[in-house]
Amino acid sequence: MNRIDRRFAALKSAGRTGLIPFVTAGDPSPGHAVALMHALVESGADVIELGVPFSDPMADGPVIQHASERAIAKGVGLGDVLGWVTEFRRRDADTPVVLMGYLNPIEIHGYARFAAEAVQAGVDGVLLVDCPLEESEVLAPLRAAGLAQILLAAPTTAPDRLSKLCAAAEGFLYYVSFAGITGAARLSTTDIAARVADVRAHAKAPVAVGFGVRDAESAKAIAAFADAVVIGSALVERLAGAASVDEIAERVRAFLQPVRDALDAR
Amino acid sequence: MPEIRDFHAFPDAQGRFGQFGGSYVAETLMAPLAELTEAYLRLRKDPAFVAELDRDLTHYVGRPSPVYFAERLTRHVGGARILLKREDLNHTGAHKINNTVGQALVARHMGKTRIIAETGAGQHGVASATVAARLGLECVVYMGATDIERQKINVYRMKLLGAEVVPVTSGSKTLKDALNEAMRDWVTNVADTFYIIGTVAGPHPYPLMVRDFNAIVGREARAQLLEQYGRLPDVLTACVGGGSNAIGLFHAFLNDRDVRIVGAEAAGEGIATGHHAASLAAGRPGVLHGNRTYVLCDDDGQITETHSVSAGLDYPGVGPEHAFLKDAGRAEYVGVTDDEALEAFHLLARTEGILAALESSHAVAQAIKLAREYPKDGIVLCNLSGRGDKDVHTIAAREGVQV
Repeated sequence: MNRIDRRFAALKSAGRTGLIPFVTAGDPSPGHAVALMHALVESGADVIELGVPFSDPMADGPVIQHASERAIAKGVGLGDVLGWVTEFRRRDADTPVVLMGYLNPIEIHGYARFAAEAVQAGVDGVLLVDCPLEESEVLAPLRAAGLAQILLAAPTTAPDRLSKLCAAAEGFLYYVSFAGITGAARLSTTDIAARVADVRAHAKAPVAVGFGVRDAESAKAIAAFADAVVIGSALVERLAGAASVDEIAERVRAFLQPVRDALDAR
Repeated sequence: MPEIRDFHAFPDAQGRFGQFGGSYVAETLMAPLAELTEAYLRLRKDPAFVAELDRDLTHYVGRPSPVYFAERLTRHVGGARILLKREDLNHTGAHKINNTVGQALVARHMGKTRIIAETGAGQHGVASATVAARLGLECVVYMGATDIERQKINVYRMKLLGAEVVPVTSGSKTLKDALNEAMRDWVTNVADTFYIIGTVAGPHPYPLMVRDFNAIVGREARAQLLEQYGRLPDVLTACVGGGSNAIGLFHAFLNDRDVRIVGAEAAGEGIATGHHAASLAAGRPGVLHGNRTYVLCDDDGQITETHSVSAGLDYPGVGPEHAFLKDAGRAEYVGVTDDEALEAFHLLARTEGILAALESSHAVAQAIKLAREYPKDGIVLCNLSGRGDKDVHTIAAREGVQV
């Protein structure tokens, strides 16, 4: 059993909702990337989604795009991200790490080479936003190496595709709570509750819900019907400009701890 | 790559041209793309739709466009005959209208009320605003802030046509960023919005659909050559940014193995300088904007900023069918520098009285080179994809002339 499955099994037996924060690797500062990951765990992260910066993040909103641009401007690339996961693993052998990003950096790195290096570093899964199930044969070396391919489902996903996604889901199924880009503000929890319940009934993996979760209140509303809550843009926005390790840790705590508490108070 | 018997058999049902093409998009776009694919595959075989499109192309666009023998240019060069397919004479002044007329009809058949488009040079934006105005549809055009600055006339034209032009300030502030932003709009507003992509890139079915709508260029030219010259050309050439005018000319000739095909990419200040937009000549296979194709990127996979004097060629990817034709050995892709394009622009203006678009001037420059390789009874067919009125300020500024 890999780290992701172990973590979700533990959450289930404890009756807790998972908290999955997303940060862009190397933002706000490449020198503090590993410290930021540990800070996330200290504030209650169950899984870390680490964004691999890409120059053309089509599915992301301005907050994450700007974070990507800042990181790229500081020279952050896939090799750095894998190095940070390696370093993170020296102190944390348990928290699952999922790399989230776009296909081109991995395509250029080479799929087989990436798979070997990612496993070696201690990466548990990948969520490649622009690689839908239909195109995912290129990811065969990743799956063969034991990396979970995290799939996305959306409100626009047709029923027959949804069953395919549910059957193929590994690690967890990431349900995009509405048709839009990351960081957008709209979220009608009543609308998506029924859909998520349906997905959970069919998916062989736990269901995490994201896109539009901004604070403890919205996270708690989602937690009523999801196995885990993903929170990204609001956190990335909060971290922008944090200059020191202490400041990063403090901002993470101030933002994430109330979310964790709200999830646990259910 | 195995021997290709029929180049017209591509793409396959997944939108693949060999290893290129496909649908590399976010989950939220899979359903709208499936809906569009279903609608388009039905409409392209529907005689009523085809007749409607033909009527628009004849009476609104002004087709067929002539094939013109550039006799004085030919004499000046002293080689094979240079024939120009005059897409610059279309309504709105470029080949782009062939595609937007077609996609707007698809949009109407699908019941969409809002059109969005991305644009580089502004030609596709103008062509989209034009068809939106004609059909009474709302139109929003995304354009890089850098391009807005260098293409002010087209920005104003779009506004006159009732379109909203949204400046894009992310990334390199050019065509690729406008495309990202238009994709985001589409993801958010799929219910009522139709995204008119302006080139043969993007996810399936766009490379297929945009190629189909532009393929009339080559079909006409092929028939015109047979009628007027009793033979096919020796070589075709066209400029390649995303590659829509080029595939438009090339497609009808792909199975005519004796016809050589040469695409002219923007070599900018020279490929060796790194300041260029020659994705096929200098790039590598990668994934960008929903398809696998040749891209310009660094070793981290980050898409690199491109340079060309012509905004319409300033794109770090290229249509997947061109990537396929390159790897299959059916077409060659070569670089033409800014300076070579400018020189061809002036030469065509003075010998033929035609101001070509800077994009098309790359093709003219390549046609001149090719004409020198063939005997005087040879034929070089060059797609003159657009007119140059939009570029006169750029040219004046570059040459230090106050207009």
